[in-house]
Amino acid sequence: MSFTVSIQTQDFDVSQELAALRAGDARVGAVCSFLGTVRERNDGSSVASMELEHYPGMTEKSISAMMDEAKKRFDIFAARVIHRVGLLHPEDQIVFVAVTSAHRGESFKACEFLMDYLKTQAPFWKKEVTPEGARWVDARVSDDQALARWGIKASNSVAP
Amino acid sequence: MNVTLKYFASIREAIGQGSESVSTQAATLKALRDELIARGGAYAEVLAHGRAVRMALNQDLCDESAVLTEGCEVAFFPPVTGG
Repeated sequence: MSFTVSIQTQDFDVSQELAALRAGDARVGAVCSFLGTVRERNDGSSVASMELEHYPGMTEKSISAMMDEAKKRFDIFAARVIHRVGLLHPEDQIVFVAVTSAHRGESFKACEFLMDYLKTQAPFWKKEVTPEGARWVDARVSDDQALARWGIKASNSVAP
Repeated sequence: MNVTLKYFASIREAIGQGSESVSTQAATLKALRDELIARGGAYAEVLAHGRAVRMALNQDLCDESAVLTEGCEVAFFPPVTGG
């Protein structure tokens, strides 16, 4: 019955998070989760490491708002979002979203909705270290389009 | 009025600081952005109209029509790339 968000530098244990999310709630018949990890390649370059920056305060506020929206749209019992910040390397876990519901459909949808929302609305920025030097990652038009499928207009990637 | 400004990612790096306090007569976020652009240098470059700059007022995403209030917090940052 909890909707919680954590922004942290330290790693997390997916099994523990999933167990905690559904513990004590026998209404739950479905748990869906998404785990995002650091790729060794991005936009044609190898990535040695990345630094994740965020806007403390607004990050938690924006993710809480998107959980409220998910509660309105889907019949879900609980959700958990974890996003790491700081220095990360290929294969590291970056982001985790998990949702519980009675049946799989609602938690599948809510999990995807939360990730689509997070990609364009939560204030995080990635800076990659590549052989060509450090560079800020560009926003993707496809992420705006992903949120548009839910009827929410995003204009994260475009200049006004 | 007094306003706290915050900058993030590439905009923070270009300007050379993450936050500052300013006293302004600007009524809207657009007027405030224009004041900052008028400083010239990195401010004029990274906050120029037509660039992909996203803005927040009191930690909510907003557009340039947002109305400023005493003690508010305004943030300028590039498109977000988390997840």
